Amino acid sequence: MAIEKEKLLDMYRTMVRIRIFEEKIAEDFAAGKIPGFVHLSAGQEANPTGVCANLRIDDIITSTHRGHGHVIAKAGNQYSLAPMVAELYGRKTGVNKGKAGSQHLSDMDIGVLVAEGIQGTALTLAAGAALTAKLRGTDQVVVSFIGDGTLNTGRFHEGMNMASAWKLPLICYCENNVWAESTNIYDVTNLTNITDRAVAFNIPGVSVDGNDVLAVYKVAAEAVARARKGEGPTFIEGKTCRRFGHFQGDTHLYRSQEEKDECMKRDPIPRFRKRLIEMKVLTEKEADKIQQEVQEEMDKAVKFALESPFPDPEEVLTDVYA
Amino acid sequence: MAIEKEKLIDMYRVMVRIRTFEDRVFKEFAAGNIPGFVHLYAGEEAIAAGACANLRPDDYITSTHRGHGHLIAKGGKTDRMMAELYGKKTGYNRGKGGSMHIAEVDIGILGADAIVAAGIPIAGGAALSAQMRGTDQVTLCFFGDGATNTTRFHEGVNLASIWKLPIVYVIENNVYAETTPVSYAMNIPNIADRAVAYGIPGKTVDGNDVLAVHEVVGEALARARKGEGPTLVECKTCRYYGHYEGDTQTYRTKQEFEECRKRDPIPRFRKKLIKMGVLTEKDADKINQEMLEELDKAVKFAEESPFPEPRETLEDVYT
Amino acid sequence: MLKGVKVKEITYLQAITEAVDEEMARDPTVFLMGEDIRQWGAPLGEFKGLFEKYGGERVRDTAISETAMLGAAAGAAATGMRPIVHIMFSEFLGVCMSDIRCVLTKTRYMTGAKTKFPATIMSYSGAGVSAAGEHSTCPYGYMMAIPGLKIVVPSTPYDAKGLIKSAIREDNPVQVLYHQKLISDRLTGEVPEEEYTIPIGKADIKREGSDVTVVAIGLMVHRALSAAAKLQEKGISIEVVDPRTLAPLDKQAIIDSVKKTGRLVIMDEEPKTESASSEISAIVAEEALDFLDAPIKRVCAPDTPIPFSPVLEKAWMPDEEDLLKAVNEIV
Ligand SMILES: Cc1ncc(C[n+]2csc(CCOP(=O)(O)OP(=O)(O)O)c2C)c(N)n1
Ligand SMILES: Cc1ncc(C[n+]2csc(CCOP(=O)(O)OP(=O)(O)O)c2C)c(N)n1
Ligand SMILES: [Mg+2]
Repeated sequence: MAIEKEKLLDMYRTMVRIRIFEEKIAEDFAAGKIPGFVHLSAGQEANPTGVCANLRIDDIITSTHRGHGHVIAKAGNQYSLAPMVAELYGRKTGVNKGKAGSQHLSDMDIGVLVAEGIQGTALTLAAGAALTAKLRGTDQVVVSFIGDGTLNTGRFHEGMNMASAWKLPLICYCENNVWAESTNIYDVTNLTNITDRAVAFNIPGVSVDGNDVLAVYKVAAEAVARARKGEGPTFIEGKTCRRFGHFQGDTHLYRSQEEKDECMKRDPIPRFRKRLIEMKVLTEKEADKIQQEVQEEMDKAVKFALESPFPDPEEVLTDVYA
Repeated sequence: MAIEKEKLIDMYRVMVRIRTFEDRVFKEFAAGNIPGFVHLYAGEEAIAAGACANLRPDDYITSTHRGHGHLIAKGGKTDRMMAELYGKKTGYNRGKGGSMHIAEVDIGILGADAIVAAGIPIAGGAALSAQMRGTDQVTLCFFGDGATNTTRFHEGVNLASIWKLPIVYVIENNVYAETTPVSYAMNIPNIADRAVAYGIPGKTVDGNDVLAVHEVVGEALARARKGEGPTLVECKTCRYYGHYEGDTQTYRTKQEFEECRKRDPIPRFRKKLIKMGVLTEKDADKINQEMLEELDKAVKFAEESPFPEPRETLEDVYT
Repeated sequence: MLKGVKVKEITYLQAITEAVDEEMARDPTVFLMGEDIRQWGAPLGEFKGLFEKYGGERVRDTAISETAMLGAAAGAAATGMRPIVHIMFSEFLGVCMSDIRCVLTKTRYMTGAKTKFPATIMSYSGAGVSAAGEHSTCPYGYMMAIPGLKIVVPSTPYDAKGLIKSAIREDNPVQVLYHQKLISDRLTGEVPEEEYTIPIGKADIKREGSDVTVVAIGLMVHRALSAAAKLQEKGISIEVVDPRTLAPLDKQAIIDSVKKTGRLVIMDEEPKTESASSEISAIVAEEALDFLDAPIKRVCAPDTPIPFSPVLEKAWMPDEEDLLKAVNEIV
């Protein structure tokens, strides 16, 4: 499958944007500038990037507590980072007016329906969005990103059963970073291949190297095509790993040094950069330039956030009812 | 596997006891003598009888809204059950539970539960308790096809699998959840295939063949007792009556109905036992007669028992 | 109220059916999902005929998956549909409570108004038919504690039809709790022939009176009305206020009535603790204490699960006698 040069470069930029975003947030969180809980997706960038490169703006995704990458990837590179950063800083100019923060960052204008902090709830919600597409006869596709830990929630089972019984245009993309907080997925799931879970619904279950953006892109492309044609849901596992702890402040001592080193080595960004250079889509210089541009973009976004006002206290009472 | 004659006759007796109980409840409910909701087990007797014949008195079961058969097979007494259905003080639960909530922990009946699939995690807890206490007790967990689409099924079976709990899940696939056919509610041919999702064995068996159920559940229980973890056993069956009493069953075709009646597990087993020389026609008739008499007594007991005192409403909230 | 309009007499059940039917006919984005609604029209038959009329896409049976149903209702609502989800007996709402508490009712706020959730949840509430502990609950109090959720509790065919229609049109999640005993008793009442709706958030004075205000909810409205008729014979004039909507509660109507009568009894078919009656008492104590001539009385169920045996269930449920006793204590 030949992917256009433009698209490849776009994907690369998306991954860099996510990484730089996450690293800056880590820094500012440590400096006490960001309130609340923050879960970073650094290391997992190839997953949302490869998936969302197959989606249209009117397609829908649902996200998780570890959601910054999903939003950046779904929005596309033309979408400013500033309102997102402002949201994390709790500002009035944030995407969600400072009411969501990191865990609930979402924006229906770009097809990010929700980011849910209760594990599994977003998946059933995604099934509902897919039902809308089906009832309305559009060919929209819905992708629900979940973590491996969510595989063991009842909502995974009920939601996937519903999607399968009704042949909904839903893709459940599981970012298997092996850990749910400090719990290893293989300690709480008696399976070698989590894609066996698809058997329970009689739907395709595909595993892919979630740190190889082109492999993710390809697998997602097939699933998206199936869903668009009305052939029903797919379950995808992206095998990946997180570079930071579960949340900022987590020392992740439950992981061996060896495993962490291994994860650092599997970094999807240098890997893709090298590949693009080999493919002659990118030169070292161009890659550095992208890095530089994104860095500047992020600095500006942070400046915007810092200069933005906090919401007015009266806003506590608004937005409860439509 | 050779089963002793006594045991075979016992299984037959249990099946007839269940059927006689259910037929009687059917009649008494129609006559307005039983309040509330009633879901009958008739047609599915082979499952409870075959499965429970493998149990020891100290093993556990969890049951469902369609639970009379499970309770009888585990040793529940028909008079006290009937009294509970009548809302009487002498019922197993002093009239507080009714048909859908009978429990008698002393004989291993952890309870019927009207929330579909609620028994699944409860069974997990009982099995965990046995495991932690280091006994070799097992838990038999009964539920319907419809229950396998719930949260509690997924979470319950997953935990049982990772903890290797001594538990056997018996799915009574009677093809419907209320009016909803299995084929509508889920997109898989054999529910036992769901076992793959948890890395445990899954078996499908003819739920109207008591000996087949007995054998497959027996093997699964032996695994469980040895500490080798849970098994999912799907028993294919069909129900004689409606989902609950009052259900007109317009969603079932006459043909389907007749086929279900033809698969009746009781005459089938009776014939087999006679052929095996375990039972004569006369013995079999005698069992039927005894059960009819037992049920007459049970109904009389229920009728003559007092209702609870109104003040008992306030009792039993806390230990 | 119904003067000068052409009316017809229908049952409480028919009122529910008509409301959903009319809204489905009116708005193609309205659809219904639940267990056993195609064949039975739900266990008590309130959706009968809708599958034949609107087909399986818009009248959908589901597997026994309440969390998926609620989540899917939220997802469909947020993407432009108006789902009605039938969670049979209100005790089953517990199965999917975080989908209600979190997804459906918090997300709009948390996204800074980027989403809205025009979903309607319909459930049976109430005891009185020996359905035992898990099929008899009125979950008023604990659902009132969910910000972002509206709750309507119709007590008559007129209210049922008008409120359910409004609930479906409402841009916010609404829980409709209709009483199973009013269905099984085949309660009838008049409704206009013409289309009508009843605004959410408005109480109704079911009987005017001057001595004691009785705020009664759901089935209890009927018990309060018959007690009121008896008290009238003794010269005690009861005003029966039916809140109809528990969230947002029509505080003003209750306070106005208390100002007039100076006495308040609340009749609520829930265990007393943290029930709707708790909230109503607190509001009146906070905002209208000076108008009270006697302590507030609450006629509720005891703090126990609901028993099965008819004898016990009767003792459990608040009834006319309990109300008469409470009124006699304060007049
Ligand atoms: C229902 C529920 N239970 C527990 C939690 C607490 N919690 C937050 S994140 C998390 C782990 C999630 O793991 P996974 O799905 O693998 O996602 P990851 O964090 O690895 O991206 C847990 C247990 C929660 N948010 N919701
Ligand atoms: C959580 C929950 N949802 C719905 C119901 C209503 N309900 C009672 S029995 C039943 C069908 C159960 O089907 P199945 O598990 O196949 O058992 P069967 O009745 O066929 O024995 C349903 C939906 C319930 N009791 N609990
Ligand atoms: Mg069934």
